Amino acid sequence: MRSRTHSARNVRLPVWRARVLVLLVCAGFMTLAARALYLQGLNKDFLQARGESRYARTIDAVANRGTITDRNGDPLAISTPVESVWASPQDARLSSAQRAKLARVLDMPVRSLARRLADGEREFVYLKRQLPPEVAAKVVALNLPGIFLQREYRRYYPAAEVAAHVIGFTSVDDRGQEGIELAYQDWLAGKPGSRRVIKDRLGRIVEDVERMSAPRDGRSLALSIDRNVQYLAYRELRNAAIAHHAKAASIVVLDVHSGEVLALANWPSYNPNNRDTFHTKRTRNRAVVDLFEPGSTLKPFTAAAAMDAGLLDPGTVIDVESGRLRVGNRTIRDVHSDGDFLTVAQVIQKSSNVGSAKIALSMDPQDLWQVLTTAGFGATPRSGFPGEASGRLRDFDHWKPIEQATVSYGHGISVSLLQLARAYTVFATDGILAPLTFVRRDASVPGQRVISARTARLVRTMLESVTEPGGTALQARVTGYRVAGKTGTVHKLVNGAYAPDRYISSFVGLAPTSRPRLVVAVMIDEPEGEKYYGGEVAAPVFREVTAGALRVLGVPPDNIEDIRRPLDDELPREEV
Amino acid sequence: MINRFLAFIGRHLDRQLMALVTILLAIGLLVLFSASGGNVDRTSAHAVNIGIAVTIMWIAANIPLHYLASIALPLYLVGLLLLIAVELFGFEVNGAQRWLNLGFTSIQPSELMKIAVPMMLAWYFDRYEAVLRFRNFVTATILVVIPVLLISRQPDLGTALLVAAAGFYVLFLAGLSMRLLLGTALVGVAALPFLWESLHEYQKQRVLTLLDPMQDPLGAGYHTIQSSIAMGSGGVLGKGWLNGTQSQLEFLPERSTDFIFAVYGEEFGLLGNVVLIVLFALLIARGLVISANAPTMFSRLLAGGVTLTFFTYVFVNMGMVGGLLPVVGVPLPLISYGGTALVTLLFGVGLLMSIRTNRRLVQT
Repeated sequence: MRSRTHSARNVRLPVWRARVLVLLVCAGFMTLAARALYLQGLNKDFLQARGESRYARTIDAVANRGTITDRNGDPLAISTPVESVWASPQDARLSSAQRAKLARVLDMPVRSLARRLADGEREFVYLKRQLPPEVAAKVVALNLPGIFLQREYRRYYPAAEVAAHVIGFTSVDDRGQEGIELAYQDWLAGKPGSRRVIKDRLGRIVEDVERMSAPRDGRSLALSIDRNVQYLAYRELRNAAIAHHAKAASIVVLDVHSGEVLALANWPSYNPNNRDTFHTKRTRNRAVVDLFEPGSTLKPFTAAAAMDAGLLDPGTVIDVESGRLRVGNRTIRDVHSDGDFLTVAQVIQKSSNVGSAKIALSMDPQDLWQVLTTAGFGATPRSGFPGEASGRLRDFDHWKPIEQATVSYGHGISVSLLQLARAYTVFATDGILAPLTFVRRDASVPGQRVISARTARLVRTMLESVTEPGGTALQARVTGYRVAGKTGTVHKLVNGAYAPDRYISSFVGLAPTSRPRLVVAVMIDEPEGEKYYGGEVAAPVFREVTAGALRVLGVPPDNIEDIRRPLDDELPREEV
Repeated sequence: MINRFLAFIGRHLDRQLMALVTILLAIGLLVLFSASGGNVDRTSAHAVNIGIAVTIMWIAANIPLHYLASIALPLYLVGLLLLIAVELFGFEVNGAQRWLNLGFTSIQPSELMKIAVPMMLAWYFDRYEAVLRFRNFVTATILVVIPVLLISRQPDLGTALLVAAAGFYVLFLAGLSMRLLLGTALVGVAALPFLWESLHEYQKQRVLTLLDPMQDPLGAGYHTIQSSIAMGSGGVLGKGWLNGTQSQLEFLPERSTDFIFAVYGEEFGLLGNVVLIVLFALLIARGLVISANAPTMFSRLLAGGVTLTFFTYVFVNMGMVGGLLPVVGVPLPLISYGGTALVTLLFGVGLLMSIRTNRRLVQT
């Protein structure tokens, strides 16, 4: 048996072995086919999904944020395309020479670049954000592995610190953080689209597969701001604040008919293009969010309320008792006192606290409260601006006589400068309070009547006398125009008590008196030095800004005599 | 004249083998073009390799059988010498010293042994056709083990296994006794732990990875995962030529050499996959038929050994890409980029043709 197989094996190859091998080969091919069936037929959905997850990505298509312009279309905030440089540390294997080159182009220390690239586990790390296109082009030219660009938009503010508080700023991620940028975030932002792309192993976009939704660019926004008036207002405010070593200052310029804010500025300001200047001390929009005691600038409302109630006329004589009035256990004093009797008009012109208090005490408290409330005190101005302060005006039910008296000359009440400016439109528009807005109005919006037209005109005449000889604000006079206004000077409240040597000086005025177009409110916080009265510190700012703004807006002069006089003296007359 | 020339060219070319080889080489060129990302230089370099390899195949097909037997020993010795030369003068690629620079080109001598070893054994057993004693098998085993050890030192586990397999097939076909076979198998199993210890760390890792590719998806498991994903992404009909995502986007490693099958699988799908398997199966079948009908023991053993080695190539590569086998450096025959393997394989096919056509000539 054994020898036979031996001999058979020696002559011919054993057949069963060949068969075994053929079977093996068959089994092998069956296995391969089965595996193919498993991978490509049965398990393909899972594997396809896995494969797709490796190359297909849905990425956001950045929408351009809307432009903010002034009322004439001059840009105040524009988005410019910038590139952010990012790296995939896994793939960014750079020689030290390459690293040094990249660091030089990006203007960053080699060491901090190396640190960012050190984490080989990460797939994404920003190296530098928001580079101008020419620098980005240099990065591309280096052609380094694992270094990529990402398109973003950066907000640029041409007016820089001049309009900073109105416009606000956006975050690095292009979301509004302050001001109009925040208030109109939804309007400006637009909707990012998304697209599906194919990326290769290094994360480079190889192909745009489809656009799933188109990015919708943000809408542009025309503000009510007039850039020229804004520049002027900021410049004059800053000059005055620096000249008087003030702690802060604010200014508001309103169009009295439309309620549009033509200019609003604060000092100190910040540069929205430079985040290093962002300190709350600078970024706070004081004119809107800060409250102060308005002082004498509130007296015209007292007079208006009394006249509207039919209690008195501008000519009504009031006994000011030599500038001292005792109410309860407190004494109200006048700063300048010359005589015992003043007309109502003189109370305003000379800014008599006693006169004002006596007028108020002669009234039903509700009448005074009513005028102040409808003029917008104690409630937010609803200008659409974020963080508006409402101020404090207590309900008349709770007024004690002393409070009724002090409110009449602007103490025991707090207002924002924006509220105060807006309230003065009542005198400029024959009694109508226009709704405020920071956005350009193409059609006028009906306002609310606060006092009668007659009263408004009478108060306006009184306010004009403030800027005339015998008034407290001769320095508010504007050549060629009749102006009206009221000064205010208050001791600052520090920890609930009036500080003896710290003041808030203000002036609120309107122009031209005959057909008012503007209300300009100026507030200087803590002027230092000899001059601190509103008439000395704030009124000159009003003068410069009003003069410039009326010219910019093309408002015809209503006080030709004022202009002619020097002409008459100096130039040879040809006729008349 | 032309007809006579064609007759001269075609006299020793087996038509079936020739047709299968031509189709496979054409597929190889197409897939390589896609896998290299449309790289014309690389594709034409491969075309040149094909030209050289086909010429060598033709030459091999025209060698008469008795000459074939007489070059077995010299070829084996030259192969051994070259392997020793690699050991001494070879240069490293990817951490393994497999290549020998001949000045005009670089070759991998280990590839040569895939043919030289079965040839040598076939010749050896042919000499002792009458009586095959135990010591013949011992000698034959030594003839296999020497080149296998040299190759595994490079290290090139894949080729070493293929050479060992080639030798084993001839031994098996020649009649290696079952007791020896079982004994060797037992010794082999017993030696497994020691073999395991002797493996390089990366080789162990590859085996472990096969068991659980997800334990290190970005490292050792990356090849297997990516190739499985590429295959699966093809689905039934494939994504079409040049449209493979995983390969075109460079997710797939070694995509023009060892993992070219994954590119093919993704672009041509299950359907293309089955076609390829059938083509290879037909090629192997033809080789086995040639072997079965070979006139001499030498030619029978040689044809069987060469054919089964070819099969092993196909199985190991497709198994590796499909995630069935650990990642070892074995190209897909006639498809993968790489000149030495192509020359060796077509030389083997040439040998098959020679065996086939010389039989016919002998008979007539």
